[in-house]
Amino acid sequence: MAITLRDVVKRYSDRDGTQIAAVDGLTLEVPAGMCLGLLGPNGAGKSTTMRLLTAQSRADEGTIRVLGHDIPSEAKQARALMGVVPQTDNLDEELTVRQNLEVFARLYRVPRAGLREAVDRALEIAQLTGRAEARAVNLSGGMRRRLLVARGLVHSPRLVLLDEPTVGLDPQVRADLWGLIAGLRADGVTVLMSTHYIEEAERLADACALMSHGRVIANGTPAELIAEHAGDRVEEHEGPPDRLAEIEGLARRAGLPTRRTGPTVSVLRAERIPPSLGEALTNGHRVVRRAANLEDVFVVLTGETVE
Amino acid sequence: MSDTRLRRFEWAPVRGVWRRELALFGRYWTSTSFASIVEPTIYLLAFGFGFGSLVGHVAGYRYVDFVGTGVVASAALFTSVFPGMFNTYIRRTYQHSYDAVLAAPVDVHEVVAGEASWIAVKSGLFSCTPVLVALAFGLRPGPGVLVVPVFTTVTAAGFALFGIWASTVVPSINSFDYVISGVLTPLFLVAGTFFPVGGLPGWARMAAQVNPLYHCVELVRHAVFGFRPLADLGHLGALVLFAALMWALAVRGMRRRLID
Repeated sequence: MAITLRDVVKRYSDRDGTQIAAVDGLTLEVPAGMCLGLLGPNGAGKSTTMRLLTAQSRADEGTIRVLGHDIPSEAKQARALMGVVPQTDNLDEELTVRQNLEVFARLYRVPRAGLREAVDRALEIAQLTGRAEARAVNLSGGMRRRLLVARGLVHSPRLVLLDEPTVGLDPQVRADLWGLIAGLRADGVTVLMSTHYIEEAERLADACALMSHGRVIANGTPAELIAEHAGDRVEEHEGPPDRLAEIEGLARRAGLPTRRTGPTVSVLRAERIPPSLGEALTNGHRVVRRAANLEDVFVVLTGETVE
Repeated sequence: MSDTRLRRFEWAPVRGVWRRELALFGRYWTSTSFASIVEPTIYLLAFGFGFGSLVGHVAGYRYVDFVGTGVVASAALFTSVFPGMFNTYIRRTYQHSYDAVLAAPVDVHEVVAGEASWIAVKSGLFSCTPVLVALAFGLRPGPGVLVVPVFTTVTAAGFALFGIWASTVVPSINSFDYVISGVLTPLFLVAGTFFPVGGLPGWARMAAQVNPLYHCVELVRHAVFGFRPLADLGHLGALVLFAALMWALAVRGMRRRLID
């Protein structure tokens, strides 16, 4: 296992002194060479989990091991072997692209003889070779993100932590980064990637762990999760609010999960709808039929309402 | 990278900080040099000639020599404590630089060592410029002047660490006003820079004894005009003790702010 978390709890004190568990009994394993997508709504504990793995946050309970090292006691050793791409952009704006990479190559103990080569390789990964002498402050948002990723890869780590790698980016830039992450996976690098973009997880992750309220509530490959929690097909019904409520009632009495999808109600596991119920649900209205997806799983398991 | 054992204290993070600072210094060294030469020149012109024409000699020294050696210590104070406070505060809270560094194989005490050592060496060297300026005003130093950079560097290390510690205590960047007016200004004035501490009331003389800057002023003056071995060992000891205490506070404060 590249990463093992067992019954991990991390509590924070609120301003008024009440304790809040950001991570609350988290158990998670990431096998070597796998890309695991950590899914969950904001506040589910994804970023805290990332900080626990680098020992920038210290667990109150439970055990953590990363690449054979106990965290936090051997965290420095583990950190030397992993690359971290944080959610917040913390590039050194005053330095050039190359200098940003050089500083971290040193921090990661890249031997002097291979330093130049490592930085050049990172520049290539980030497609910033032509901008090597530009100051980070003058880069576009997409370039900054790529540099941030390249900075975490400058020492060719065996494990990479990506915290929301594409949040707030244009679709083109996002696609670029997806290519980069897919490349890592192809090279056998273990990747733990937190995201709340379902599509990102579906495209890149070998397996997903769905987090809610600080713990994993479901895990498996995207296909397994969909099959288990949303079934095969989904029917989306339109109509005024009271009709939507009626559909929800009918479906739930038949044991079928539903979710609101904007102005429609989606009935999951639609392949199990008996013909009699199908007619009652449709009732002459328009129905859109589609394949179940990971987003259906996400909403069904983490709840419809945003806290 | 390789699985070699990492020690509790490693030099790589310190070199990383220096690499960054040297890259930046390549850009701003001209303005730093300008300030470090022009400022003591103005002090010496204003106090040396202004006051000097009134007082002539103080504590056995020409007044211009007295001030020329005194402002070395205040330069060491201000060029270390301000970067210690503001740079580390900005890097921690606005730029999140330390979060990035601590995700690499770097521990908090190594970050503090890197920041403080850079500030100390830079400040220690630049704060010697008043001596050079004073030469132009007729200062004739003894051979001890060559070790002045050692004293200024130790002083600057202490105040850089004090600044780093202060940056972990203040709730916001505006709160530095309390530190500047409430702590630094009195330290600066009751150190024997512009007037001898000996002429102050008893309580102020006592206060000067716990002012690290006073010990730096004395050391620099003695280095230039002749050491008083026993007293100077005491002064140096006070500066080292101050730096050691500030190191402990700075590391603890930064750890509290960066690791949760």
